Amino acid sequence: MKPEINLNMKILIVDDFATMRKIVRNILKQIGFTNIVEADDGANALSIIKQEKIDFVVTDWNMPNMTGLELLKNIRATEKAKNTPVLMVTAEGLAENVVDAVKAGVDNYVVKPFTAETVQEKIEQIFAKRANA
Amino acid sequence: MNVEFINPFLTATIGVLKTMAFTEVQPGKPFLKKDKISRGDVSGIVGITGPPNGSMSLTFSSGCIIAIVSNMLGESFKEVNDDIKDAVGELSNMISGTARNDLGNKGYSFKTSIPAVVAGPGHEIMHMCKAPTIAIPFSTQAGNFVVEISFENGA
Repeated sequence: MKPEINLNMKILIVDDFATMRKIVRNILKQIGFTNIVEADDGANALSIIKQEKIDFVVTDWNMPNMTGLELLKNIRATEKAKNTPVLMVTAEGLAENVVDAVKAGVDNYVVKPFTAETVQEKIEQIFAKRANA
Repeated sequence: MNVEFINPFLTATIGVLKTMAFTEVQPGKPFLKKDKISRGDVSGIVGITGPPNGSMSLTFSSGCIIAIVSNMLGESFKEVNDDIKDAVGELSNMISGTARNDLGNKGYSFKTSIPAVVAGPGHEIMHMCKAPTIAIPFSTQAGNFVVEISFENGA
């Protein structure tokens, strides 16, 4: 059964490429999400997370300044954001990278290239798991 | 260069463009490229650190990349602008990442750099090593593009 997802939740998309931010934004809008903000690297994302109430983070892995993995570790170490669900969008499909992300507390990951359906499934898995936790 | 390296980049190119840009591409016959002059209008290049070290580039004709990015983002583009260049960087990132994952499953351990993008007719592509460059031409309904790979000798 599909989980109930609050489509008004505030989602932060983090990617150094505007193209990927736009692709992810388009998919999230297709799903029905309306409250979306963006950051172009991990450091800017962390600043937004500390200042605003972000309900869900979708982040790239490979970024300059602060990688997605470092951002994830920082989120988990930030009191007000430590329980925020994080979906990693990555070209890093190798097993050791996935293990690193899971150890750091990622909720789910999507390997590029991906379809809109895959992203939706991964998001539903995150919120189903959290609803049952 | 190890011919085992060619196929992962070929299949990654077909897969990424089909999945992310809904674009069917036809590969042509690979050839040895002996100069640095690009075979198109805009290129993305990614450094690959092994061993072996190497690099990959993608070079698109204007018409080809405008059609691909228009499909990918659901917007209509008319010229090679900053949005198109950003998309070339992301496509380079995805294709090199997918090929690297494939090669990783074959026992190779690679890291890839953040892509650089160069545009303009006749621009040069500087690969990371002096080894021969293998070019794979592709065609689409909107025009052609070329994927180049170069790995240091002995690979």
